[in-house]
Order: sequence, then C-alpha cells, then structure tokens
Amino acid sequence: MTEQKENQHNTPSSKPRRSGPGPMPGPGPGPSPMMPGEKPKEFKKTLIRLTKYLKPRKIQLIFVLIAAVFATLFNVISPKVLGDATTSLFNSFTEGTAVDFRYIVQLVLILFGLYSLSSLFAFLQQYIMAGISQWTIAEMREEVNEKLTRLPLRYFDKQQHGDILSRAVNDIDNINNSLQQALTQVITSVITVIGILIMMLIINPLLTLVVVITIPLSLIVVRIVTSFSQSHFMKQQHELGQINGHVEEMFTGHQVVKAYGHEEKAVAQFDEINDRLYQAGWKAQFFSGLMMPLIMFVNNLGYVFVSIVGGIFVMNGTIRIGDVQAFIQYSRQISQPMAQIASIANMIQTAIASAERIFTLLDEAEETPEQPANIDLEQLRGEVTFENIHFGYEKDQPIIEEMDIEVAEGQTVAIVGPTGAGKTTLINLLMRFYELDKGSIKIDDVVLTDISREEARSMFAMVLQDTWLFNGTIRENIAYGREGATETEIVQAAKSAYADDFIRTLPDGYDTVLGEDASNISQGQRQLLTIARAILSNPKILILDEATSSVDTRTEMNIQKAMNQLMAGHTCFVIAHRLSTIRDADLILVMNHGRIIEQGTHEELLEKHGFYADLYYSQFSEAITAS
Amino acid sequence: MLTIMKFLKPYRWQIVFIILFTLGGTTLELLLPTLMAEVVDVGIVNSDLPYILQTGGWMIACAVLAVIFTVAVMFFSSKTALGFSKDVRRSLFTKVESFSLQEVEKVGTASLITRTTNDIKQVQDVLNMIFNMMTRAPLMLLGGIILAVMREPSLSLIFLASLPALALTIILISRKAIPLFKVLQKKTDRLNLILRETLTGIRVVRGFNRVEYEKKRFNEANEQFRDTGIKVNRIIAFVFPLMMLIMNFTNIAIVWLGAVRIDNGVMQVGNLMAFLQYAAMILMSLVMLSMAFIMIPRAQASAVRINEVLQLSPDMKNPDEPETEIAAAGTVAFQNVTFRYNGAEKAAVENISFKAEAGKTTAIIGSTGSGKTTLIQLIPRFYDVESGSIAVDGVDIRKMSVKHLRGKIGYVPQRAVLFSGTIAENVRFGKEDATDQEVAAALETAQAIDFVTEKEQGTSTAVSQGGGNLSGGQKQRLSIARALVRKPDIYIFDDSFSALDYKTDAKLRKALKEQTKKATFIIVAQRVNTVRDADQIIVLNEGKIAGIGTHQELLESCTIYQEIVSSQRTEEESA
Repeated sequence: MTEQKENQHNTPSSKPRRSGPGPMPGPGPGPSPMMPGEKPKEFKKTLIRLTKYLKPRKIQLIFVLIAAVFATLFNVISPKVLGDATTSLFNSFTEGTAVDFRYIVQLVLILFGLYSLSSLFAFLQQYIMAGISQWTIAEMREEVNEKLTRLPLRYFDKQQHGDILSRAVNDIDNINNSLQQALTQVITSVITVIGILIMMLIINPLLTLVVVITIPLSLIVVRIVTSFSQSHFMKQQHELGQINGHVEEMFTGHQVVKAYGHEEKAVAQFDEINDRLYQAGWKAQFFSGLMMPLIMFVNNLGYVFVSIVGGIFVMNGTIRIGDVQAFIQYSRQISQPMAQIASIANMIQTAIASAERIFTLLDEAEETPEQPANIDLEQLRGEVTFENIHFGYEKDQPIIEEMDIEVAEGQTVAIVGPTGAGKTTLINLLMRFYELDKGSIKIDDVVLTDISREEARSMFAMVLQDTWLFNGTIRENIAYGREGATETEIVQAAKSAYADDFIRTLPDGYDTVLGEDASNISQGQRQLLTIARAILSNPKILILDEATSSVDTRTEMNIQKAMNQLMAGHTCFVIAHRLSTIRDADLILVMNHGRIIEQGTHEELLEKHGFYADLYYSQFSEAITAS
Repeated sequence: MLTIMKFLKPYRWQIVFIILFTLGGTTLELLLPTLMAEVVDVGIVNSDLPYILQTGGWMIACAVLAVIFTVAVMFFSSKTALGFSKDVRRSLFTKVESFSLQEVEKVGTASLITRTTNDIKQVQDVLNMIFNMMTRAPLMLLGGIILAVMREPSLSLIFLASLPALALTIILISRKAIPLFKVLQKKTDRLNLILRETLTGIRVVRGFNRVEYEKKRFNEANEQFRDTGIKVNRIIAFVFPLMMLIMNFTNIAIVWLGAVRIDNGVMQVGNLMAFLQYAAMILMSLVMLSMAFIMIPRAQASAVRINEVLQLSPDMKNPDEPETEIAAAGTVAFQNVTFRYNGAEKAAVENISFKAEAGKTTAIIGSTGSGKTTLIQLIPRFYDVESGSIAVDGVDIRKMSVKHLRGKIGYVPQRAVLFSGTIAENVRFGKEDATDQEVAAALETAQAIDFVTEKEQGTSTAVSQGGGNLSGGQKQRLSIARALVRKPDIYIFDDSFSALDYKTDAKLRKALKEQTKKATFIIVAQRVNTVRDADQIIVLNEGKIAGIGTHQELLESCTIYQEIVSSQRTEEESA
C-alpha cells in the first residue's frame, strides 16, 4: 500500500535528506558531500576531546538520543501496521467478505498515534539539538577568543591573520554543521538500520535476504561514484581558486591593466582558466549527480525483486500481502542511510580535521599569568634604563646584544633607520609584547618583569602609523585610551589632539560611527583620533611612530602640533622621520637589518661618519641646502 | 533572472533533450506503481505466476530505461549549467575589462569580484537545480495527479485538502525563517569584524589594556549570534516533522476511504496500493517545487547584480578614424579642463589649463582632495573630461585610439599594484617583449636591482598575489621599473615614492633624472622638497589651479603655496 518515503529515492534530484536543521549560512563554504574531506591526523584523540565539549549538555543530549530512538522506532513500526491493514483488506477482497472495519479502525488509530508521536519526537530531537549545538559552538568560539587574548604577540606575528580567522570562523562553522546534521543523522541511521533489520527478520527471513543483497550493491555504487567524482571535484575546486584569484587580481589592478593595455591578455588568460574550470566542473557535477539515480536504480531493482518474490510467496501462502507491502517500504527506508554514509563520513571527517586545528590553537603556549605587584606606579617618574639587554626573535639569531641605554625623565629617544630595519623591536620590548632573552628594562627602579604586563603597559601610550580604530563611535574610540573616562575628559583629549574641530564638522559629531577600517574619515583624521586616545590614557612614557604617508598639509600641521603637545613633559620613544625630531632628540638609536648599530646624539653620530651620517646627508641634503 | 537566461540560447537543443528525457524518466517511474498494482490485482489474485514474472520483467525494463534517461538528463544538465556559467562569467569579465575607471567605481571593485565569482556560482547552482528538479517536479506532480484522478477520481479529492496544507506550511515557515537567515548573516559578519579588528589591532588592544573590553564586545556578538542561530534552527525543526505528518495523515485518509470503497466493491486493493504511491509522489513533488521557489529568489538577487554589470556600457568610445600626432612627442596640453565624478555635485577639477613639455618636469602639489590624482588620471583617459580638452602630441586624446595613447605613457599609481608571476613578468607588464637587459636596466634605475639580486632566484622570484611577499617599498620600486621598461614619452608618477626611505628615494630620483632627460615628467607630490626643482609647479586647491610657476615664482606670488611651504618648514627651518 503506502510508500511514504518512496519519492525521496525515486527522485534523483532530491538531495540526500538531512534530518538535522537546515544549512547555516556561514562565511565559509561548508564541506560538499562529494568533496574529499581533509584527513585528521589523530581521529580518535580529537573525537574524544571534542565530545568533552558536549558534556555540559549531557542531559539534553540524552533527551535527544531518546527522542531519536522513539522517532525512528515509531517510523519503523508503522509500515508493519499499514501492511496489516492491507492484508485485512486483501483478505476480505479475495474472500469476498465484508471489510473488517473494527480492525481497520483500530489499525488506523494506531497509525495515527504512531505518526503523530514519530513527528513529535523528530521535532523535539531537532529542537533540542539546535540549542545544544549552538551553545556548544558559542562556548567553543568564546574559548578560542579567550585563548587568543592569552597568546603572546609572537604567535600573531608568525601566524597569518587569515589563518587564525579561518580557524575561529570556518573551522568552528564546520564543527557546527557536523554537530547539527551529522550527529543526529548518525543516531537515526543506526537505529533505523537495526530496527528495520529486526522487523524484517520477524516478518520473513527469506525476503529479508533479498533486501539485504541490495545493500552491498548500494555501497559499491557509492564507492565507485565517489572515487570518480572526487578527483573532478578537487580539480574544480583548484580551478575555481585560480579563476577567483585571477579575477581579483585583474579587477583590483584595473587601473594598471588599463594603463598598460593588458585587457586582451587578461581576457585570454581568463578564457584558459575558465575553460579548464568548465571541463572539471561539468564532470564533477555529472558524476556526483549520478549517485542518486544509480542508488535509486539499485533501489528499484530491490523493489521489483521484492514485488516478484513477495508475490510468489503470497501465492504459496508463506507470506501475507501486507507484509510484502511493508517490505517494499523497509527496503526503501534502509537504503536511505546507506546513500548518506559517504556524505556523513565526509562531514565528520572534515569536522574532526577542523577540531584538530582548533585544538592545536588551544594548545599553543600561553603567556604566563602575572599578579600585579605591590608598587604604586603613580609615583614613578619615567626614567628608562636598559641594562645589558639581549634579544632575538629567533633563539639563535640575536639582534640586540649587550645594549645599555639610560633615558632620563622627559627625554626623547629617536629611533631611525631605513624601512624594514626593525624599528618596532624596541616597542615590542618596552611594551613587553616580547620578553627579553637576558638583561632587564627598568622604569625608575622597577624592573618591568617584576610588575604585571598590564601594569607595565599602563605606563605607556602609543601612537602608531597603522592607525587602528574599531567599528564604533568616535567617542568610544577615544575613550578606548582609558577605562571610565568622562565625557569632559574625552572632549578635552580631542581638543588637545586638534581633533575636536573636525569631529564637530561631522554630521553626528562624537557619535559618528566609524565604518569598517574607519574608511569614512581621512588617514590624517584617523591619526588625530589615535593621538587623542593616547592623550586620554595619560601615560608616563610615550611611543610614537611619525607618519611618512601622505596626509594633507593642514591636517599634518595639526598632527605635528598635537604630537608636540603630547610629547611635552613625557619620556618619549619616537620612530622618527622628521629632521627636527631627530636633531632635537636626546638620544638617537640607529637601526639597520634589525640591529641597533649606532647610538648617540646627533652631533656625536655625525662625527662618527658612520651609517647615520651617511643616511643623514643623503636624506636631508636637499633640505639642508635649501635653507 | 529572465534577461540572463538569454545566455541559455546556445544550449536550447540540450534543454529540449533535458525536458524530453525527464519526461521519459518520469513516465517510466510513474509506471512502476501501476505495474505493481497489476501484479497484485491480476497476478496474485489469480495466482498467475507467468503473469507476475512477465510484469516483473517489464518493471525491470522500466527501471533500467528510467536510469538511462536520468543519466542522460544529468549529462546534458551539468554540461548546460556549467557551460552557461562559463559563458556568463566570460562576458562579465570581458565587459569589466572594457570599463573605464568611472564604471568600475560606480559598481566598486569588491562588488565586481563578488559578481564575477560568487553571484555566477549562485545562478549556476540554481540553474542546475532547475534542470534536475524544476523540470522533474512539475512533470511528476502533473503525471501523478493525472494517474490518480484516472484511477480514483473521488479519492483524489483528498489532495484538495493535503496539497494546500503542505504548501501553506512551507510558505509560513519560510516566511519566518528567511528574514532570520538574513539577520544571522549580519550577526556572522559582526562576529568576523570584531575578531578581525582584535587581530589587526592586537598591539593597541594590549597596549591600552583593553583585553577585557574586547572580550566583552566579542562575547556580546557571540551570544547574539548563538541566540539567533537557535531561533532559526528551532523554526527549521518544524519543517520536516510537519511535512511528514501531513503526508502520513494523507495516507491514513486514503487507507480509510479506500477501505470504504473496497467494501463497496468499487475499488481493488492493488489500485489502493498504487494510489498511495501516487500520493507520495505528488506531495514530494510539491515539497521540491516549493523548495525550488524558495531558492530562486536567492539566484534572482545574484542575476540582477550580474545583469547590472552586463548592461552597463562604457561611455568611452574609441574614435573611428584616429588622427595622427602633430606636435612633438611628449607634449601634454590641458585646455580649460573640467571633470566631475558621476553624480558628484562639485567638479573634481575645474577649468585646468597648462602644458607639459618633453624634457621638462611638471609637478602638481596640493592638499588631499585637491584633485591631484584625478587630474593626472585624465591623461591616460581613465576618465573622459566633462568640458575642455586634453591634447597629447597635439591631438585631442579622444581622437586617438586609447591603446595608442596609453602606449605613450608610463604610469605609476599611488598604490603599487603587482600581479602574481615572477618579478621579470611583472616588469614585462610594461613591455611584453622587453629583453633581459632591458628588464635589468629598468630594475637598476628603479633602485630595485639590489633587493632583486639578493633573492635566490633573482628576477625569476615569484611574486605572490598582490605582491604580498614584498615590502611596500619593494613593490613601489617594481611598479616604477614596470613604467621605466616601456621607455615612454610621458611619465606619470602619482606620489609614487611614499613607501621608500629617504636614501632610496634620493637615489631613485637622481637616477630617474638621468634616465628621463627626453621624456615628459609629471609628478604628484605632497612635499615641497620633492617638487622644488621642477620646471613648473602647479598648485591645486579644491580642484582649481591656485598658481603655476617655478618654486621661486610661487614663493613670491602664490599664497597657497606659501602656506604649504611654511607648514612644512617647521621641520626644515633649523636645517
């Protein structure tokens, strides 16, 4: 009689059913069922660790499990009940007796209950699972984020940002998909297969054999199709990457492509990749599309065999007609989990590989937590002493050896050198973004490592060329300098930074929301805001990176004035580009190839006739002769 | 969506085949339950073994034929869908390559990239689905209904209740879920934004001890994401159980009413069994159809975005009969040039007239937003002037072939753009057939030879996409070398030395001076130092010329220039 699920298989186009909730629109593409998943290195270990994240929701998970068992169980029983109804009808039909309505009503009521309960439990299972997976994933995401806050700067400098982002976003998303879909699917599939096998064996062991024969056939089909399509999918993925890369490059470089008349060549190159993409693409699509029709075919064969063999058995009287009907349904239902094996296995594999990457990140060595020292930092004046410091980014490549520097309160240290000379190294050491290999840095008499990192950093403020601002209002961005700053303090800081004027010309004033990368204000204005932020933080010591990039002259005058204001009365470390800053500095550190190669005052260094003198004359010769 | 479908025209025969084969496959599949009903009603009832075997043989034949048809459908549909997207992608790319900067800016580079990649993929996926599902589902629906009505017209009335119920369920749920999906996407973006911000600003975050603040910001976004995610997935949790419920209840109704009819002797059991299968087919087809209709709007949006680009026609035309040059090579003359960006109220540059000659240096100075870059971008005809004219070598550039015009110019943009390939290939971008010596010479003048030879593979060193493996200064020098290798009549430098340190900058400018003796040299600069020695300096202020002359002349006559000089002097006066 009924074939309630028939069409799911008879229709090649229908995607394998996902018993879990629908797709999550995430930033990264989810794993395609046909794509070979990345192989995790330690499957078992990672899996065990991953299950630990589900522990807090153990009870809900048990509920899901129970709901899944019930939903499947009722689903598995109903064909047999329908079959009984058919048998009863058939018997009264062949025997010419009246239909046994009392029995039919009974069966219909049972069916009514079974279907309702099955749907109810299926719903509950998914409903609860939605909460479980989202909570688990949110917790994991938070853990990753917390971890990031404890990792040393070294990690971020070595690792590409894109890579870290992809772990925190795509990889977690993969696990999410797998939790939401694969987990419930695995449970349902296992119960379905076992339940159906039991039901079939109870009804008729011989007919069961007919159905079971088609199972390995389905598996073989899955195997063959997957092996064909995978290589094409991989090729397609590769060409897709190529073409996207080409498009991105040509479009972002449009101006240059135009200026140098490269349009035709760009198109020719595009055509080549596009054709390769087409070749790989249609084959991938075709072969993967074969999966469903072929499984459906195997299914249909089973259907026909069951019909014929069942028909013969009915004639022999060894089986009832309704049982044949039930068998047809069972043969459909049992093949469904089979067809999904490949995609579920793939999804799990991808999730485990993702989990592995996340766990590697979670296992990275952290900065050791430090307790705040019992020292009143407010009393410090801002003398900075470097005592015999040694440092290298790599253990075997020291770039600073035995360096001693003494900077008195209020003095300015200029750091000069060609681009890429490693001028940020000193910032890294002062702010304790990196730790020294040997020696110590002292503020007055306090060794930086004797106080906590947070305390050490609270004594500094930096204004970097890379004007980092975040997506928030201007007020929030300035207030970033110090927690709990009042409105008056914020405005005062903006005024001192010569930023108040331009802020007031903006339609929303201090409430203007800075867009992504703060692209709605100019580079110079961004710089002014970072200065205001630094002023607000009221530091003992300043770290400045003078701008070389092009900002218009008036803003630049403001920046200069603001910087001077900021520097007055503070101990300053300046990555200097301006002649005046360099000449007026109390100490100049000359850097090249990552090392400090000379140090002294302007006059002392000129007398040395070394690198600095060379640099100075070549850089500023025009300026010198001009005035 | 419809306009983009014209790209399907070359595939019309394939589409005809797809429909025909789908029709064949569907018919055969609909036959299976019918044959099974015969097995029951004729074979089993009459205990006719040969009949059962014979019908079984037909069933197998049907199954085999059906799978052949379906494979054929797969073959044609994947070729058509992928071929379609290949064609659309190509015409989109070719179109964009024909755009001037004006059109590119109108749409935005990032958006153009998405349109050429993701949007096309979206349309392709939906098209593929249409071929496989949208041809099949309606046929199945229609065939199922016809067969059901033919067998049991009165029993078919059940569908009048269950079909609308099913459709309504799907519509109601998707109405609720789709807007939430959009919200969810926004929350994802927010989460990514915060994460990216904390990564790029890690020194600032830690420097100001705002780790806790960032954590709070992240956790807030994370919780919002989680809550929306739960909401969405809980709504989706209704879909499948509800669908199953409606379908199963339909089955119960059929069995019950069927029993009554069998009791009345107007219906056979086999027919009831077949009818149940038709019911399943009809309802599943409806589910698929509604899914398809939910997916189409997604592609619709993509199709609209693609079309927008395809329908944008570059308003810059090449002249039919290019005129030949009359003045000396390298002469650039602006005559009352005014230009405004699309839709801008204020002109970007207004009433500009000047002449740049071969062997001379023309410098353009002014604050940000004064129109310097716009001005020089008019020379290679990246934009067309609104009024006035620009003549190169005595010919209005609109009367010259664009290719010929640009061939005369070595343009170095403000931001160095490199392409993936080797260093040599990047330099040869300027002149395809440049010899190794020419490449080396260009690199030497651009002060790039040192860092290039320091690399293990020299000029064969690979440059990654966007030049990611080179420093800013190195990229800039390579982009200068690319201009130099052409040995053009006109050099245009748009503030092209900003990433260089002073020493390299000075050396480079010295070498350039020697190399470009005969060429016209137009530079945009911010610093007075850079322009001091130019033969003529053009001072731009808010798009207008505030003064033209040498350094000395301008010092005496031009107030804006004086202002610029004095603002920069604070640092130099002591020197």
